[in-house]
Amino acid sequence: MSHADTMGGHAQVMEKPAFAIPAKKMAMWLFIIADSATFAGCLVAYGFLRNATPDWPRPFHSIVNVAIMTFILLTSSLTMLFALDAAKAGDKAGAFRWTLITAAAGALFAILHIREWLGLIGEGMTLLKNPWGTGLFGAAFYSITGLHLLHVTCGIIALVAVGIRYKGGRYNADDLEITGLYWHFVDLVWMFVVPLVYLLNLGH
Amino acid sequence: MAMAEGHKSGAGRYMTVYILILAIAALQFVIAYSNITGPQMFARMLILAVVEAALALLFFMHLSDNHGLLWFVVIFTVFVLLAMQYGWTDSFRELLGAPWAKVGS
Repeated sequence: MSHADTMGGHAQVMEKPAFAIPAKKMAMWLFIIADSATFAGCLVAYGFLRNATPDWPRPFHSIVNVAIMTFILLTSSLTMLFALDAAKAGDKAGAFRWTLITAAAGALFAILHIREWLGLIGEGMTLLKNPWGTGLFGAAFYSITGLHLLHVTCGIIALVAVGIRYKGGRYNADDLEITGLYWHFVDLVWMFVVPLVYLLNLGH
Repeated sequence: MAMAEGHKSGAGRYMTVYILILAIAALQFVIAYSNITGPQMFARMLILAVVEAALALLFFMHLSDNHGLLWFVVIFTVFVLLAMQYGWTDSFRELLGAPWAKVGS
């Protein structure tokens, strides 16, 4: 039975989905576009503040932690793709396992991030002041990395929740792919946060 | 349904793109320690970040399989970024608390 038959002849008058993708996937893309505008706004504002403030601090003396965090997040994108591949091949157990590995990588990233925050707080860097220069640095740093960390945390929860429902048969490979889109976006944002917020503030 | 969209996947392609993105990220870390001016460093890092993001969009997020959606995302993003650049220059006026006519005088 064709789709037109099941729609009782109404399929002809219904609009085709935008860009030939399912509506929920389109909704995720619209969210990603809107969210990228939010992050772009934050990073442009940060750049403006940094450029206009003479005593902008350069507190980072080691790239080891941020390098490890970057490696973990980039690798988690790859494991998410493996999950999607397994799901499309009908390997439910494999897809669930790779999804949980992705979530675990996200959790490790979050732990390292929080540890870094605690170290900076211990050195006296708060939202309003720090020992090295303008107090704006703390506000900008915690706002941008905090917003990203919030996205990572939401992503971990979404990965576990969707993974469990996928394994239980309530969700399908499309749902896993849509969650994966969000996860890749979180990774993509980090690609801009690292050079602009960390590497350009490296103390030499 | 996703398969019906013509989605092509493969661990080999993903691994290649992943290694490429890792290499570009590593290059950013090398640039961070290079002896160049701030604006030069900013420009190089931003270009590399855009290349990284493009690879992730095209191959991890599969925009290379859907050209209509790719153009939709690119046009919207470029528009937003250009609009922000207008705001960027204007923000200097706001910082100085002076109208355009007085800036630079």
